Amino acid sequence: MAQMGGGSAEDAARLRTQYGLDAGVAVQLGRYLLRLLTFDLGQSAIYGKPVASVIAERLAVTALFMSCALAFAFSAGLVLGVLAARRVNGWPDTVISTLGLVCYAIPSFWLGLMLIVLFSVKLAWLPPGGFESIGAGLTGLDRMLDIATHLVLPVLSLALIFLAIYLRLMRASMLEVMNLDFVRTARAKGLTEGRVLWRHVLRNALLPMVTFVGLQFSTMLGGSVVIESVFSLPGLGRLAFESVVQRDLNTLLGIVLVSAVLVIIVNFLVDILYARLDPRIGA
Amino acid sequence: MRTLRAYLRSPAGIIGAVLLVAVIAAALSADMLFPRDPMALAGRPLQWPGANPRVPLGTDNLGRDIAGFVCHGARVSLLIGLVASVVAVGIGVLVGAVAGFYGGWVDDLLMRITEAFQTVPNFILLLVLVAVFGSELGVITIAIGLVGWTAPCRLVRAEFLSLRSREFILAARGLGMRDAQLILGEVLPNALPPVIVYASVVMALAILLESALAFLGLSDPNIASWGNMIGAGRSVLRTEWYVSAIPGAAILVTVLAFSLVGHGLNDALNPRMQVL
Amino acid sequence: MLSLRNVSVRLPKGAEREFALQDIDLDVAAGEILCVVGESGSGKSLTAMSILGLLPAPRVTLAGGTIAFEGEDLASLPPARLRAIRGKRIGMIFQEPMTALNPLMPVGRQIAEVLEEHARHLTRIMVLAQVQALLEEVGIPDPPGAARAYPHELSGGQRQRAMIAMALAMEPRLLIADEPTTALDVTTQARILALIKEIQARRGTGVLFITHDFGVVAEIADRVAVMQHGRIVETGPAAQVLGAPAHPYTRALVGAVPPLTPPARAATVPGADILVVEGLRKTYRTGSLFGRRRVVDAVQDVSFTLHKGETLGIVGESGSGKSTVARTLVKLLPADGGSIRLNGTEIRAASRAAFRPMTRHIQMVFQDPYASLNPRRRAGDLIAQGPRIHGASRAEARATAERMLALVGLDPASAGRFPHEFSGGQRQRIGLARALALEPSVLVADEPVSALDVSVQAQVLRLLAELKQRLSLSLVFITHDLRVAAQVCDRILVMYRGVVVEQGETAAIFAAPTHPYTRALLASVPGRGWAPPPAPVQESL
Repeated sequence: MAQMGGGSAEDAARLRTQYGLDAGVAVQLGRYLLRLLTFDLGQSAIYGKPVASVIAERLAVTALFMSCALAFAFSAGLVLGVLAARRVNGWPDTVISTLGLVCYAIPSFWLGLMLIVLFSVKLAWLPPGGFESIGAGLTGLDRMLDIATHLVLPVLSLALIFLAIYLRLMRASMLEVMNLDFVRTARAKGLTEGRVLWRHVLRNALLPMVTFVGLQFSTMLGGSVVIESVFSLPGLGRLAFESVVQRDLNTLLGIVLVSAVLVIIVNFLVDILYARLDPRIGA
Repeated sequence: MRTLRAYLRSPAGIIGAVLLVAVIAAALSADMLFPRDPMALAGRPLQWPGANPRVPLGTDNLGRDIAGFVCHGARVSLLIGLVASVVAVGIGVLVGAVAGFYGGWVDDLLMRITEAFQTVPNFILLLVLVAVFGSELGVITIAIGLVGWTAPCRLVRAEFLSLRSREFILAARGLGMRDAQLILGEVLPNALPPVIVYASVVMALAILLESALAFLGLSDPNIASWGNMIGAGRSVLRTEWYVSAIPGAAILVTVLAFSLVGHGLNDALNPRMQVL
Repeated sequence: MLSLRNVSVRLPKGAEREFALQDIDLDVAAGEILCVVGESGSGKSLTAMSILGLLPAPRVTLAGGTIAFEGEDLASLPPARLRAIRGKRIGMIFQEPMTALNPLMPVGRQIAEVLEEHARHLTRIMVLAQVQALLEEVGIPDPPGAARAYPHELSGGQRQRAMIAMALAMEPRLLIADEPTTALDVTTQARILALIKEIQARRGTGVLFITHDFGVVAEIADRVAVMQHGRIVETGPAAQVLGAPAHPYTRALVGAVPPLTPPARAATVPGADILVVEGLRKTYRTGSLFGRRRVVDAVQDVSFTLHKGETLGIVGESGSGKSTVARTLVKLLPADGGSIRLNGTEIRAASRAAFRPMTRHIQMVFQDPYASLNPRRRAGDLIAQGPRIHGASRAEARATAERMLALVGLDPASAGRFPHEFSGGQRQRIGLARALALEPSVLVADEPVSALDVSVQAQVLRLLAELKQRLSLSLVFITHDLRVAAQVCDRILVMYRGVVVEQGETAAIFAAPTHPYTRALLASVPGRGWAPPPAPVQESL
């Protein structure tokens, strides 16, 4: 539905119920523990180490990668969505909406390859893969910058499709909220258009966006498998790929468990954020 | 008729329909235009597009005719997209309808199951299914359908939940209608429009999932899948980047076609922005 | 103070008429309440919106005319100047206080915003003090608490008081109120109306009050303007328009308002007991297997008897449980306890399968004519559905459907049309025909005329009375509207928070209510002192 751009502010609460995000903290934690009880991580066949430690080595890369992609997709989608909604059917809206449609249809791994061709091969601006320059012995700020340059292309490739989703959702949600009664009230109070938008529309329009971060996180994590393979990032996704190729089912199941836990944690954080944004939750 | 006219009023819908017809035409005419096996050697490897009129889009590093491969690939993508989304939407409608219509503990149980499915990223779940059941075309297609049913299920459930307490459903129930008749005759037809719209999204997602799998070399190696050629082109990416670029563009066009058709359907079936 | 001259508002192309408003002339003097009254679609709300430039542009636009307000023409002011007037010199109150307030902002902040915008010289502390004073003035209990509360934490009446406080913040000269009490219960409505009147008298504010309810007009108006199809058909002092309307449309409207005094009924011997309800209970439990639980006792120990040929009214405000009772009677909701006997057969405890054949004896008519018909089925099919389910052949069912359409006053040829091709009143007739097609002995009508305009409401009520006579129906009639109850019901049951507080002959209860709640309810009916003059078309009682 949100993929169709039909998301709306008033649907937010319904969506949350729909996706089971309204269950309490204890409940979600309990479900997680139950799952933990039924799984035994075991030994990794390819690495000859416990699966848990193999995964732990890879987790940081994926966590950094995911949070960058999520932050970029969310903030860029938000800004573009607001810009499009402010001048609905004007030229900025047409350009942004068309761009969103195209971005949504680009296969991420292909985009990754094309970005490598353009920025690494032709222009030689950015490294074509890897997490950091190996053997350079960089430390501190230099190392951070080095990692950042390595992450630009993967983040762009993974985030673009989500950017398109968020942008469409934000636009639709803004348009919906702008038609609500309390926005008319705000205008009747004599507030300037800017204040109406900033104080009354934006925060309400943000609610479905926040809900969707939780919902889309699982999909994004899935997308990291391909992108980490394209850019040879030593993360969880690449490990998943390797374990399929090497028929290491123990590791694969371990990844399933860990990614499920990650999804639950992110949804839990999203819930907390949502409850802070919307006083109607938990009343 | 009214729906068709409404659909044709949406520019997105028209462009989408045109693109989709083009993709379908490519798929249908693949055997006529390129009667040879798309996987077979067609000439010297790595000929650039336009260099040899016999292979208009060039050849890849395995010497396969890219144009022929793209046309045959359209078949595979459409077939997988169609079957997988029938599976996904089918399961989704069934589970969602039962959960939404009956509510209570039935709903609770079914939703817990759906949730469990949803916490595992669908691509990783797909990898598990492939690792366990192998990678023949049939298995892949069903597996893609299986990882995609939760979203349509949620959608159908939400529609059913809101519809079942609407007065016209209560009225039909009050007339003494049986549950099966209520679900199939009264609720479902009213719940379908958003599901039909969403089916186009499922179709696009299925195509993307399969191409990603094929790109990683985990799909059926014996079929002409676009992702497969993109993956093959990786090794010559630095110089002959067109080998990856062309099939990727085909995916883009197909997925774009489906999402535009979805937009058109949405405008036609859910006219929310009506004049006063 | 405010005067509209020749104001016209244009609708987008393809709308049912070109102009929503045409040549509107209106005047509001300082210290007076002008009521603009009309049915849905008359353009009364757009009139209010046009004054402050709040029309939903670009689709609906001001097409001409002047709006003079204290020497300025609002119609030609640039947006920035108009904004300086909104909220400062003209305040506005809307219909639905829940949606008219921002759900994510404390009420106090929303009031403070007005002051921050228009009185920049005030310090933070002065603004806060001012907000407290305003909330006190509109009579909200615990003003400091209310200022911190979010809209969903307040009751409907408190929210509307907060709205009024917001509109009054800058002491505007003019207050525009768009159906401010329509979404409220009758007792709350009475208090809000009193508040508006009191503040208006104290401050000498001019009030432009939009409403569809002549009772409300009778309650507060100094002068009245009646609108129909975007034009004003009659203006005059309240006493004159309400007592001796000049325009035929006004006469018809005023005549359609049901009087609050029950008509004299011939004393009849009560018929046989057809529906006997004893100790009915229904408790709502929300929350899932794992979530938090909330328990609401919607209906507690309700007992009554419906005699053959009688209309029993169940009246009460929202949350009183009256609709829950209606739904348990037809088993759309399972009751938790008690017994319901229909013609001597216990139906409360019957299984759903066992009850299914019995549905033909007890049928229901719903409130919302737009939601109660499946939009994908033709009128004829909708009506034929019941007989088909209960075993009639296709041809028999179709014949029944056509007979029923004629019975409720619709053309049998319209059987092939879809619900959206009918008007609200016609749809309600289709709903009635659907219920009657099964030839039930008991009809449960849940607010069957509440969603209809007053003139249509009168027609449907007349039809219902006529059919009841002809088919010797017994009726359970749920309503929140005491005027309707007075006209329709032989006996009434007053419900309050899930409990029946009083029941008896309608005339007796209206004349001498015994329970304090019933008394409060009757005292809250707007315009209770006003008896509408008999309509030209209405038969003499």
